[in-house]
Parts: sequence; C-alpha cells; structure tokens
Amino acid sequence: MSSAADTSKNYLNHEKGLWSWLTTVDHKRIGIMYMITVLLFFAIGGAFAMLIRLELFAPGGTFEAQVYNQFMTFHGAIMVFMVIIPGIPAFLGNFVLPLHLGAKDVAFPKVNLMSWYCLIVGAIISFISLFYHGADTGWTFYTPYSIQTDNGTILLVLGAFVMGFSSILTGVNFVATTHRLRCKGMGFFQMPLFVWGLYSTAILQVIATPVLGITLLLLAAEKIMGIGFFDPKLGGDPVLFQHFFWFYSHPAVYIMILPAMGIISELITAFSRKVIFGYKAIAFSSVGIAAVSFFVWGHHMFVSGQSELAGVIFSFLTMLVGVPTAIKTFNWVATMYKGSIQFQSPMLYALGFLFLFTIGGVTGIMLATMAMDVHFHDTYFVVAHFHYVMVGGTLMAIMGGIYYWFPKMFGKMYSELGAQLSFVLIFVGFNVTFFPQFILGAKGMPRRYHDYPEAFSFLNSVSSIGSWTIGLGFIVALIVIIHGLLKGAKAPDNPWGAKTLEWQTTSPPPHENFYTDPVVTGGPYEYR
Amino acid sequence: MSTANVDRSGGGHAHHFESAEHEFDTSKFGTWLFLCTEVLMFGGLFVAYFIFSNLFPETFLEGSKYLDWKFGAVNTAVLLFSSFTMVLAIYYAQQNNNKKCANMLMITFVCGLIFMVIKYMEYTHKIEMGLLPGDMFAFQGAESSNLGLYFSVYYMMTGLHGSHVIVGMGLILWCWFRARKNEFNSGYFTPVECVGLFWHLVDLIWIYLFPLLYLID
Amino acid sequence: MFWVNKAHASSSIMPPQASNFAGPVDSLYDFLYWSSLISCILVIGGLVFFAFKYKRKTANDSTAYISHNATLEFLWSFIPFVIFLAVFAWGWKIFYDMKRAPKNAFEIHVVGQKWYWDFKYKSGKKTTGTFKVPYNKPIKLIMTSRDVLHSFYVPAFRIKQDVIPGRYTTLWFTATKLGTYQMFCTEYCGSGHSAMLAKVEVVPEAEFEEWLSDDPYKGLSMAEVGQKVFTQRCIACHNNTAEKKIGPGFKGLYGKERLIVAGTTLKDGKPMTVKADDNYLRESILNPNAKKAKGYENAVMTSFQGQLSDNELDGIIEYIKQLK
Repeated sequence: MSSAADTSKNYLNHEKGLWSWLTTVDHKRIGIMYMITVLLFFAIGGAFAMLIRLELFAPGGTFEAQVYNQFMTFHGAIMVFMVIIPGIPAFLGNFVLPLHLGAKDVAFPKVNLMSWYCLIVGAIISFISLFYHGADTGWTFYTPYSIQTDNGTILLVLGAFVMGFSSILTGVNFVATTHRLRCKGMGFFQMPLFVWGLYSTAILQVIATPVLGITLLLLAAEKIMGIGFFDPKLGGDPVLFQHFFWFYSHPAVYIMILPAMGIISELITAFSRKVIFGYKAIAFSSVGIAAVSFFVWGHHMFVSGQSELAGVIFSFLTMLVGVPTAIKTFNWVATMYKGSIQFQSPMLYALGFLFLFTIGGVTGIMLATMAMDVHFHDTYFVVAHFHYVMVGGTLMAIMGGIYYWFPKMFGKMYSELGAQLSFVLIFVGFNVTFFPQFILGAKGMPRRYHDYPEAFSFLNSVSSIGSWTIGLGFIVALIVIIHGLLKGAKAPDNPWGAKTLEWQTTSPPPHENFYTDPVVTGGPYEYR
Repeated sequence: MSTANVDRSGGGHAHHFESAEHEFDTSKFGTWLFLCTEVLMFGGLFVAYFIFSNLFPETFLEGSKYLDWKFGAVNTAVLLFSSFTMVLAIYYAQQNNNKKCANMLMITFVCGLIFMVIKYMEYTHKIEMGLLPGDMFAFQGAESSNLGLYFSVYYMMTGLHGSHVIVGMGLILWCWFRARKNEFNSGYFTPVECVGLFWHLVDLIWIYLFPLLYLID
Repeated sequence: MFWVNKAHASSSIMPPQASNFAGPVDSLYDFLYWSSLISCILVIGGLVFFAFKYKRKTANDSTAYISHNATLEFLWSFIPFVIFLAVFAWGWKIFYDMKRAPKNAFEIHVVGQKWYWDFKYKSGKKTTGTFKVPYNKPIKLIMTSRDVLHSFYVPAFRIKQDVIPGRYTTLWFTATKLGTYQMFCTEYCGSGHSAMLAKVEVVPEAEFEEWLSDDPYKGLSMAEVGQKVFTQRCIACHNNTAEKKIGPGFKGLYGKERLIVAGTTLKDGKPMTVKADDNYLRESILNPNAKKAKGYENAVMTSFQGQLSDNELDGIIEYIKQLK
C-alpha cells in the first residue's frame, strides 16, 4: 500500500513513459488505452459513414458500386467489432468496474492487458485486408456471397476472430471480478447498476462470442478449402451460416446495449440526486434480457427460409425481451419524479438516450411482429431502427459516460458550454439523419443500395445533411475533450455529488484506487 | 509491477487479492469461465455434426468406415492415461514435491505428443488416399456423392481439437519448467491446477469425438 | 416536431396497396403506429415534464426517497406484456396466411442471378426484368437462385422472401390493383445489388392470356431483338454508351482491339490483343472468364450459356455492332 496521505501521486504519474503504458496491468491505464483506440476507430468508422452518406446524397454515382460496398462493409465491421462492442465494457467498464466495487484491480490484470493487444492485432489484420481488394460482404458475411467474393474478406474475418478473443477475455475477467473482488459490505444488491449491466454483458461475452469464433473459422475454412458446410453443392446450407452468425450477433446487440443501460442508471440518479426507482427490477431485467437474448436470433430471419414454426417461436420470445426493456425505461423516468434535476452535459446525454432509445424500442416491437417485418426486413426501416438503438442508445451512453467520468479519469474539468453545444449538434443531427430513414424504409427502399430510384432522393438528401451535423458535433466533442485535457480546471474529487465509490477517492485515483480499503454500509444511491 | 513478481514461497499473493486462497479460488473460477467458452466453441461444431449426420446418415456411415477405429481407440487410451498423470502432477504439487510433479507433467506432455503423432499418421494416410475436405475431395470410388462433407466435419473437429492439444502441451511444458525451478508448493499450485482443468476438457472433448466420428455403426 | 409530421404522413408513408396482404398489413401497421406514438408521448412527455418540473433550484435540494412501488411496477410490466402478445398474435395471423398459398394459385417460376431476375411461365414463356400477372387471381412464385442469396420484394404487395441457391422458396399474393409496381432485390448480392430490379405489371386476365401466348420478338429486326435483350439482361452492368459501368460500355466496342490480360484461355498468363469481332463477343457472353480485358480483371460476370436463345444471342451481337 502506498502511504496514506500522499495525494500528489496518482495512476497517471505513477510511472512514466510510453513503455510503462504499453506494459501496464493497471485497469485504469488499460481503460485509457482502450479509450484512445476506440475513439480512433470511431473516427475511421465515422469517416466511412460520411462517405456512405455522400454517395447517397443524390441518385447516381459518386463512387463505384464496388467501392461503396467496401465503405458499407468497413463502416459496419469497424463500428460493431472495434467501437461499440469494446466501447463500454472494455473502455469505461475497465476504468470504472473495480472502482465501483471498491477493488484494487480486475481479477486478472495481465489477461486484461492481453485482451487489449488482441483487439489491436485483430484490428490491424482487418485493416490489412483493405490492401488486398478489401471486403465487400457487409459486416454480416452472409454466405454464399462471402465465399465467392474476393479473398480480402478472409483477413477481415480472421481479424474479427482475433478481436473475439479480446471480448471473451474481458468477459471472463469481469465476471470473475464481480464475483470475487467486491469490497467489504458490498453484496450483489449493493452493487451500482452499471456493474449489473457489465456483469450481464460479460456473461454474454463469455457464452456467445466463442460461437462467433467457430462460425468465422468455418467461413475462413470454407473460403480456403471449400469445406462445404454452407455450400448447397455438397449438401451444406447457406442459411445455416445465418443461424450460426445470429446466435452470436443477436446477443452481441445486448453486449452493446446492456452496459449502456447501466451507465444511464448512474447518470439519472446522480443528476436527479435521487435513489433509483426499482433497483431490483432494473438489476434483474439486465440478467433477464441477457438470458432471453440467446433465444431470439431467428427474428433476423423471418424471410430467410427458416421454418414457419421457428419464426413463430422467435417472434414470441422477442416480444418477451421487450418487457424488461420497457420496465427499465419506465423506471428511469420514474426516478426523475420529485428529484432535483441538473442539466449538466452527462445528464443531457442520458435524456437524449431515453428519447432516442424509446423510439428505437417501439420500432423494435414493429420489427419483431412477423407480418410487419416481412415488409420492413432489409429496408432502411431496419437501418434506422438499429441506429436509433446503437447510436441513439449506446453511443449516447458512451458520450455521457465520458463526460461523467472525465473528471475522475484525468482530474480535470472540461468546458460545460462546449459539451452542451456538441450534444445539441449530435442530437439534432442524429434525428435529421435517421428519422427520414424510417420513412424511406416504410416506402420500401432496400438497405445496402449503392443507388436508388428518384422517388427516394429528397429524404436521402435530408439524411446526408443530418450526417454532416453529427460529424460536426463529434468534432466539437473532440475539441472539448482535448481542451479539457490541456487547459481544464482542476476537478474536485466528487464534482457531481454522486454516491458510488469511485467518487470517494481522489481525482485522478491513486495507483491502488483507494487510500484505505472501502467498506460499504448501504446501497449505491442513498440520496436523502 | 506488483503483480508481475510476487514471492509465492510463503503464501504471497497479488496486491488486489486478500489472501493466497482468495487468489487461487478466483483463478480457478476464471479458468472454469474460459472452459465455458471452449465448450461453446466446440458446441458450434457439434451442432453442425448433428445437423449433417441427420441429413445424410449414409454419408456419415460410409465416412466412418474410412477411419481406423484402432488408431482412435489407442488415442483415447493415451489421452485418458494423460489425464490420470495430470491429476498426479497436481497431487505432487500440493505435496510440495516439485520433482515428481515435473516428472508427471513430462509424462503428460509425452502422451500429448504420442496423440499428435498418431493423428499425423492418420492425416497423412487420408491425404494420400484423397480423403480430403469438401471441394478438395479426390478419392475415387466413394458411394455417397457428398462424402467430402463428412471429411470436412472430420478435419474441422479433429483439427480444432488437435490445435487445443498442441496449446495444452505448450502450457504443460511451461508448468514443467516452473516445477523444475521449484516454484510450486502446497500454498501455490494455481498454474498446474488450471492447466489441468484445461487438459481434462481437451480429453473430454476427444471422448465425445471418438464415438461420433469413428464408431457410427 | 416529427410526431405531427409523421402522424400526418401516416397514411401516405406506406407504398400504394396493391395486393390482398397490403390492407391487413397496413391495419397492423396503423395499430402499431398509434400505440407506439402513445407510448412515446407518455415516456418522452413524462421525461420532459419531470425534467422541467423538478429542475434543481438550490444546491441542496432535498429529494423524495422512493425506492419502488410494487403495484406501479406490476402494471407497467403487465400492460406492455399484454400489448406485445396481442401484436405478436396479430402478426402471426397475417404471416400464417402469407405462408399458405391457395391450391389453385397460378404458378410462376422465378430465378435470381447476379443481377437480374428471370420469370418462367408454364406455357414456356420466359421474360426478364418485367413480368406480368393477371389481376385478382392468386399467384404463387416458386423461386430459386443461380448464385448467391437474393430476396424478392414488392413494397406495394408487402411481400418479401429470400431466394436461395440449391433450394426453392415460395411466395404468394393476389394483385388487387391494376398497374406497374417496382420490385427490388433486398438481400445484398454484390456490386449490382441496387440495379437488380424488376417490374411487376398487373393486367386484366384477358390481356394476360393474350400476352402469355405472344412471341415477344414477333416482327422485330435482329437489332431490335438485341436492344430488348440489352435492356433486360445487360443494362445492370453495361452502358449502351462508351462509358464504363461494371463492364465496358458497348458503344464503339465492336471491331476494337482489346488487350486481354487475364482469363482461362490465356497462354502462360501473357497479355495479348484480340479484335472484338462476332466470335469474341459470343465467347465473352457465353464464357466471360475466357478472355478478360484490361481494366476488368476483377469484374464478375456470370455465364449466359443456356439462358439466351440463338435468336437473342444473334440479336445482342447485332445490336452491339450497330452501336457505333
């Protein structure tokens, strides 16, 4: 243990030099390394999104179809595998989870570092594919198209496979940490709800990701050796790939959203200065969503040729997932009742989340309804729906989380005005970009189209203009963060008056997180 | 870093745990979680196996006839024996007997090697006959039109399993080096224990693969 | 507010209703739309209301300590659950009908291939790109693919089904409104995906019968036959100007010297020049991988072997010849 009163030493200046960062096993430093990589990948994925919207601004071509398809593939693959999946657990979760639990580190610090390297190696392999004809399959790699197309796809597939290890190792680490490293007095029901979100996510990462791993290996083997699992000529079945793929990728959707929901619980309580409404309902609904999410993958496949009975079962189970999701939303709103609500930028992002996630949620129910999905499937309605959930949900939570924990991470405050400006730009831009896509989809515009009939042009132009607004918003957000890092005022230990453990230590925290081992005597949201 | 060089001789433990026992339990818990992912990964292949063997029972019956059950049986015996020696290695580590522990680990390693040599012989024999996966299938005289699919299943399952055997052998070798340096004692034998768990899983998966692939009759 | 705009557009946001399924699906949509709108207003309205009503006034506001309320929580779990079940059952009912074609349905075979659609009638008639169906008669489509996954989607009919190689999938509908409707491919299939379109023409039954027994090329010159083939089969990848699309533009192609840099007939991989004469064009149509010209080494074209009649093949070559 470091000496009790020396507050000039913290995890940032505990050791110096790039090498000390690259070999660190401190969860806080690894969290910061994830922050840098995830934000970098986000910028790349965002640039691809801008190129997509540029092409779709008007009918006719700016780029060739082949080039557009690569943009679309890399936008999807980067945002899913390199940004949204590691975004909350590996970046914010790494930094916050042990602090939330009153622990000194995660259970397996070296494994934690290894998982960061897995992400980096996987990402490099994926990017190399860009120099070998790239990949044009979409991030879903559907067979048999993915088998027949250029071999650059193999690299992207193997890259995603390696990144899967990163996700698995983080999951193993977090489950073990949550079970074994809670400080004195912290039972499962004294844990902050962000921990519940991370815990449910980690279980999904442990159980679902290996299935993606084997699926991607089979796909690579199919491309290299023609093993025939997904090839009708040998009695294989292309639709089998979809089952395998969605068995992972549907739970993956919850890997993306569950921790985001956890962050929202933290933000709403802290900025309403109020105890969470229905702690147990929110906690159990996280676990419930995680459990049911394994049995809903077929709702991606109502028109794929799977059996009618399967469709019925999957539609029914999907409706069941809707219930805990609705419960959470109502609980968050109820938490605000009779609170003392402050509109700091993290809270704005939390409110933005609730607004957009509600729209994402109700359109999700529409898509789970079989006959409705027959019309909407693979149209822009689906594109709009999952952007409302993934961007409007997860990304809003990431941004809110960054602003919320920024003072704790770096011991500095950012410009509140700048943060609010970036929120307004992102929120407005987001709606301008994606709301028209609901209408486009309902009118029948299919997704993954490089060009479209004249009738769809007005709404597409609106959508493209919106995308530039979002881009501008994120540039402002980046400036706010960099400005805060360089010129920010010194942050107090607990700028928001929050009750969870990370705010009881210094900003930034010392190498071992706490000066004295914390002891918990009550729940995480005891605002009275 | 404090976790990198912990003195384990007198019940030492990494800084973020309360005690050596706490650390041991946590490591074991983590290993079990990792084994879950392994089961799920193989699970995907088992599902594919059951789907295809249900669709094409004749193909699978014919395919299994080209496998020599004697090789498979010897390999099963070798792996079972290696699991036994692995258990002994853990036992001796707990007894503070690093020398015997190292010997047992070496026997386990050699068993893994024997397994891989036999596997290599099987593979080369089949490759010479043209019994190759999927598109590359070149054997003349197969009755089923898609016998290549059976061999795809065969190579993917045994290949993934074989790669696990190799990884397991590497881990056992690592434990062997540490045992030779007298690093284990009754208070600290986590690596042997966890590698042991992994090795038992690899063994267990083979026990399922053997009848599924070799003994379809 | 979007809500007002969207509410206004509610009836017009969906495409025209042109099949027996359009009405039921749109009723379901209307129910979903209104119940979603009400839930959004409740949640977002509540959110905005609370946000302003309970805005922080002093730095030390005291807040109420409300940890849970069993009745309320039961209600807002149970009510959505009931609504979801109702929606599920409703969606299932329509889906059930979609899966069961009447026995007397008129069958049409559909084949998808990168990047066009073929339609085959039992009378032996074949069309590409456009097909006709009789008004007010159940139609059953029996569909398959020659290469990768495609998906058959007519927004005005509210029907969609993936088309899978090595297997048949089916779809049925009764067209309830005369007219021409756009059909899209909705399963990603490569660079021509967004050009893999077709049109469905709903015509009165008598007109349909007459069309069915009609020779599509009756009285047309060879080049006119070619032009027709071009607009149906080639236009997804080729221009009839000199401009490059996925493949080369056709204008001025005939008689040109082509530098061949790849292909199955190339000896030792050495590039060679070939004159684009009749035989070269014929080979390129029937066996596209035989000689691949510079700039198109990676372009994908599927063979038209067995898919064009001699009349059509002669026609398209003649048409290219005349594009000078």
